[in-house]
Amino acid sequence: MDTALLFDNAVVLLPELVLAVGVMVLMMVDIGRRGQNGSQLLAGLSVAILLLGIGASVMIWGRAPVEYLDGAISDGFALSVRLVILIAGVLGVLLSRNWFPAIERQGGAFYSLHLLAVIGMMLMGTATNLIVLFIALEIFSLALYILSGFYRENARSIEAAMKYFLLGAFASTFFVYGCALLYGAGGSSKFTQIHETLATGGGNPSLVLPGIALLLVGFGFKVSLVPFHMWTPDVYQGAPTPVTAFMSVGTKAAAFAGFFRLMMTALPSFHDQWAMPLAILAVLTMTVGNLTALRQSSVKRMLAYSGIAHAGNILIALVAGTAAASSAAAFYLFAYAFMNIGAFTVTIALERQYGNENDVEQSRLAGAAERFPVLAAAMAIFMLSLSGIPPLAGFFGKFLVFKAAVEAGWAWLVVIGVLNSAVSAYYYLRIVVAMYFQQPEQAGDEKEQPFVPASRSSVFVVVVSVLAVVVIGLQPGLWADLLRGLGQ
Amino acid sequence: MVPLSWYLMLAAFLFSCGLYGALARRNAIAMLMGIELMLNAANINLVAFWRHGVGPMEDLTGQAFAVLIIGLAAAEAAVGLALIIAVYRERRTIDVDELDLLSG
Amino acid sequence: MLELAWLILVFPALGALVNLFVGDRLGERGIHVVASGMVVLSFVVSLGLFFGLAGLDEHHRTATVHLWDWITVGSFHAPAALLIDPLSVTMALVVTGVGALIHIYAGGYMHGEQNFQRFFVYLNFFILAMLVLILSNNFVGMFVGWEGVGLASYLLIGFYFDRHDESYGHYADAGKKAFLVNRIGDFGMLLAVFLIWTSVGSVVFEEVHHGAGALTAGAATAICLLLLLAATGKSAQLPLFVWLPDAMAGPTPVSALIHAATMVTAGIYMVARTHFLWELAPVAGGLAAWVGGLTALMAATIALTQVDLKKILAYSTISQLGYMMLGVGVGAYAFAIFHLVTHAFFKALLFLAAGNVMHGLPGGELDIRKMGNLRAKMPTTFWLFLIGASALAGLPIFSGFFSKDGILLHVANFNIPLYLIGLFTALLTAIYSFRAVFMAFLGEARDQHVHDHAHESPAVMTRPLWVLAFLAVVGGALNLPVLLTMEHYLEAAVGAPAFHPNVTMEFVLLAVSAVVAVAGVGLAYGRYVKGPSTGVGRISGGVARLVSPLELVARNKWYVDEFYAAWIVGPLLGLSVWFNQVVDQGVVDRAVNLVGQVSLSLGGNLRKMHNGLVPTYALSLFCGVVALLLWFVIGG
Repeated sequence: MDTALLFDNAVVLLPELVLAVGVMVLMMVDIGRRGQNGSQLLAGLSVAILLLGIGASVMIWGRAPVEYLDGAISDGFALSVRLVILIAGVLGVLLSRNWFPAIERQGGAFYSLHLLAVIGMMLMGTATNLIVLFIALEIFSLALYILSGFYRENARSIEAAMKYFLLGAFASTFFVYGCALLYGAGGSSKFTQIHETLATGGGNPSLVLPGIALLLVGFGFKVSLVPFHMWTPDVYQGAPTPVTAFMSVGTKAAAFAGFFRLMMTALPSFHDQWAMPLAILAVLTMTVGNLTALRQSSVKRMLAYSGIAHAGNILIALVAGTAAASSAAAFYLFAYAFMNIGAFTVTIALERQYGNENDVEQSRLAGAAERFPVLAAAMAIFMLSLSGIPPLAGFFGKFLVFKAAVEAGWAWLVVIGVLNSAVSAYYYLRIVVAMYFQQPEQAGDEKEQPFVPASRSSVFVVVVSVLAVVVIGLQPGLWADLLRGLGQ
Repeated sequence: MVPLSWYLMLAAFLFSCGLYGALARRNAIAMLMGIELMLNAANINLVAFWRHGVGPMEDLTGQAFAVLIIGLAAAEAAVGLALIIAVYRERRTIDVDELDLLSG
Repeated sequence: MLELAWLILVFPALGALVNLFVGDRLGERGIHVVASGMVVLSFVVSLGLFFGLAGLDEHHRTATVHLWDWITVGSFHAPAALLIDPLSVTMALVVTGVGALIHIYAGGYMHGEQNFQRFFVYLNFFILAMLVLILSNNFVGMFVGWEGVGLASYLLIGFYFDRHDESYGHYADAGKKAFLVNRIGDFGMLLAVFLIWTSVGSVVFEEVHHGAGALTAGAATAICLLLLLAATGKSAQLPLFVWLPDAMAGPTPVSALIHAATMVTAGIYMVARTHFLWELAPVAGGLAAWVGGLTALMAATIALTQVDLKKILAYSTISQLGYMMLGVGVGAYAFAIFHLVTHAFFKALLFLAAGNVMHGLPGGELDIRKMGNLRAKMPTTFWLFLIGASALAGLPIFSGFFSKDGILLHVANFNIPLYLIGLFTALLTAIYSFRAVFMAFLGEARDQHVHDHAHESPAVMTRPLWVLAFLAVVGGALNLPVLLTMEHYLEAAVGAPAFHPNVTMEFVLLAVSAVVAVAGVGLAYGRYVKGPSTGVGRISGGVARLVSPLELVARNKWYVDEFYAAWIVGPLLGLSVWFNQVVDQGVVDRAVNLVGQVSLSLGGNLRKMHNGLVPTYALSLFCGVVALLLWFVIGG
C-alpha cells in the first residue's frame, strides 16, 4: 500500500489520535512517578488530554464529511457522538478522582484504560467498516470489563466485572458471526460497498437477515435492549459508581452510533425487514425497563433500569430510520449524558455520606433535602429531566425522537413510548418525594453521623450538569443545530 | 474445491458446540473456552467466504478480519483469565453459580 | 406597551429567585413583600396589556411578542413567543389579580410556618408557569406551562408532607396522586401536539388555525379527543377528577389559587384556545359537553354529602368546572371563559373564607358538623362566605348567576336533556352551598369547645377578601345580558358562537334559573335551619334513616321538607352515595390502584428473574437470539 494514503484525510481521526498519544504520555508519566504521589497529576493530565480531544473535535467540526482509508468517516453524526463521549469521559475522570483507594495505587492503569475506552467508543461512532466496528467495540469493551472490577476491595465490583466479561464476550461472538455472515452476503466489509452489492442484485442476500439478527444481539447487549439487558443492573450496581456513570452514557452513545451507521448505510434497503423487530424490541425494552425500575430499592439499580428504558426510547429513532431521527438520537444522547451522569454524581456524594458502600438504598434518601439542599435540588432536576418534564433537556430528547418517529409513520410506537414516560414518572418522582417529603427513619442515628461534604470535583460535575440540563432545555434549537445526523 | 456450504455447516457446528459449552458449563474457564470456539467458527466463515470469492480475491478482507479476530480473542482471553484469577482470590471458586452477590 | 409583555413573566420569576436565594435573609415580612409585590407588578403589566389591546382595532386585537427562537429543528419550529389577545389577557388578569390577592392573604395565613420561604418560592413559580401556559403562542410553550403548573401543584399539595390524617391519608401521597393522574392527561396532550404537528405542520396557534381547514374530520376528532383527555386531567373532569378532592391537603391559599381559581381552569382555557379545532370535531365537542354535564351533576351530589368544608368546596369546584366544560363543549367559549372568571372570584373568596374558618377554629377544624353559629364569632368571615355562596348558588344579581346562565342558554339550544341536567345541578348547587352556610354560620353551636375558641382572622386575611367579594357581586356586570360586553370582547379570540338567542328566550331562561336558585336556597333553609340541626349525620346515614317513621313524624309539619326528603334527597343520596362510593372510590380509585398494583407486581416478577446468575442471563440472551433468528429467517 502506498504510504501516502496513510496520511490522506488522517485528520478525520484527529481526536482519536490526540487521545492515543495522550494515553502513551500518561503511561510514561505513570512510570516516572514515585510511590503514592501523583495520582492527582494523572487525573489532571487525563482531563487535559480529553479537553484537547474536544478541541480537536471542534477543529474538524463543520468540515465536509470525508472518509479515511475506507474505515472511518467524520460526518456530523460522528462528531456529535464524539462530543457526547468526550464529555462523559471528562465528567467520568473528574468523578473518579479521589474516589477509591485503587486509584491512588494504580492511577496510571485506571486513567489509561478510561482514555482507551473513550477512544474505542469514539472510533465506533466513526466506523464505516465491519472490521473497524468490531475492533472499536472490543477496545472499549475490554477496557470497561477491567474498569468495572477496579474496586478490588469490594467483592461486588469484581463479580460485576466477571459477569460483564463473560456475558459481553458471549454476546460478542454473535456479533462477530453476524459480521462474517454480512461479509459473506455483501462481499465486503465496507458499509457502502455492502449496500451497493446487495442493491444491484449481487452477493448472497439470503445471508443478510440472519446476519442482522446476530449483529443485533451484539448491539442489543451493549445498549442493553431487552432481553439482552440482564447484565446491566448487576454491573451498574457492582462497578465503581464513577465508572458506571461514564459507561452508562459512553457505551450507549458509542453502540447506538455504530448501530445507526451500520443499519442506515449498509442495510437501508432492508429497512422494511428490520424495522418491525426493532420496534418490538423497543417496546419490550421500554416496558420491561420501566416496570422493573418501579421495584428497585437501590438507587444505582433504579438508574440501570431507567437506562434500559432510555435505550428503548433511543431505539425508536433507529426504527424510524431517517437522517432526522439520527440527529434526534444524537440530541437525546447529549441530553442523557448530563442528566444521567448528574444523577450518578449525586449518588456518589450520598455514598460518601453513608459509608462508601458503592451504592445507596433509596430509603437513605429520606430527608436528604435538609442535609444536602443543593445536591437534592440538583437531583430533583435530573429526575424531572429523566422523566421528560419540559422545559428540561430530557423532554426535548424524547420530543425530537418521538417527532421523528411520528414523521416516519410510527405513531403507535410513539403512543407506547409516551405511555411509558408516564409510568417512568412514578419512580423518578419517588426519589424526589423521598428527598423532600420524607423524614429519615432513624433520625437519631443519621444526625450522629458526621456530615461528609461532597468532593469539590463532584460539586463541579453537578453544577455543570444542572446548567447543561437547564440551558439545553431553554435553547434546544441551538444544540439541535449543532448535533447532526448521519451524512450531515 | 470443497463447496462453500460445507464450510458454513462446519462453522455452524463449531459455533453450536461452543454455544453449548458457554451455556451449559458453570466453570468460568470452560465458558471462556466455549466462547473461543464460537469466535473461531466465525473465523472459518470469514476465510471460507473469502476463498469462495464473495469479493475480489486481491482484497484480503476476509483473511484480515479473521487474523484480527484471533488477535482480539487473545486479548479477551488475557483479560478474562486475569478476572478469573481475581475472582478466585476473593472467593476461592470460579463457579459462576456462586457469583450471586448482585441480584434482584 | 405590548412589546413589554415579557415583563409579566420576569416579575414572578424574579420573585421566586430572590426568595430562593436570599429569602432566608429577608425574613418573613421581606419574603411576603417580594412575593406579593412581584405578582402585583405582573398584574399592573397585565392591565397595561389590556389597555394596549383596547387601543387596537376591534377585529385585530391580537399581537405576538416574539422573545427568541426557541426550537428550530428541520421544519419544526416553536418560538418562545407570547400571544396577546383578549383571551390570554383576560386569563392573565385573573391569574395575576386573584393571584396577587391570594399572595397577600397567604402572608397572614402562613404566618409562623416553618417553610414560609419555600411556600412563596413555589407560589411565585406557579404564577410564572401559569402565565407561560396562558401566554404562549404555541402548543409546546403551553405544554411547558402545563407541566410547570402540575409540578407546582404537586409541590404545594405535598407541602405538609409530614402530616397525615383520616381525611387525606398521607399528605405527600395526595401530591403524588395529583401528579400521576395528571400525567395521564399530559399523555393525551403530548400525543395531540404530535398529531397536530404531523397533520398541520405547525404548532403555533395562529398557523394551526389557518391550516386547520386541511384537517380531515377524523384527524380533527382524534386531536380533540386527546385534548379532551388532557383537559379532563387538568380540569378534574370525569373520569380523572379523583385527584382534586385529595389536593385539598395543601395549604388553603393553594387550594384557592391553584385548585379553584386558576390551574384547574387550564383545561377549559386550552379548549377555548383551540376552538378552531373543536369546531371541526362536533363529536368531540358533544362528548366534552356530556363529560362536563355529568361531572357537574355527579360532583354536586357528592358535595351535598360532604362534611369537610374544604371538600365541599373541592367538589363544588369540580362541578363548576363541569359547567365550563359543558360550555366549551357546546361552543359557548366566551361564556365558559366568563364563568371561569366569575368562578375565580367567588371560589377564591369561598376558599379563603374557609381558610379563615380553619384558621380561627381550634385545631384547624373543618368539619361543619362541629360548627354552627360561627356568625357570632366571625361576622366578617360570615358575610364574605355568604357573598361567595350566593354567587356560587347563582342567586340573581351575583356574578355566578349571569355566567352560569350564559352557558345554560347555549346548552338549551344544544340539547334539552343536558340543559335539564345543568338546571338540576344548579338546584343542587344552591342547596349544598347554603347547607354549608347554614350549618357553619347559623343555627346553634354544636360543639361548645370549638365555638368557645373560635376567633376572627386578622385584617391581612379579610381585606383582600373584600376585594374578591366585591368582584363576586358585581363580576356579572362584565357581561350584562343584552349589553354583551365581555362576550363580545372575547369573540376576537375565540370566535362568535353560531347561535344567537333571542331576548325573550334569554329572559325566560334567566327567570327559570333565578327561581331554581332561590328554590335551592329555600330548600336548604328548610332543611338545615328549620329542621333538626343534627340533620347531617342522618343525611349521610342514608335513605333508610330518612324514611324512618320517627323522621316522618318529626318533619310532618313542613311540607317542603317532606317533598325534599322523598323526591330529592332520597334518590339523590342514593345517587351520590353511589357516585361517591361506587364510582369515585370504587371504580375509579380501584382502577387507579389496580393499574398501579399490576405494574408493581409485574415489575416484581420481572425483578425476580434477575437472580444474579450468569447462566440465567446467558440463557435469556440466547432466547433473544433464537427469537430474532426465527423472526428474520422464517418471518422475514
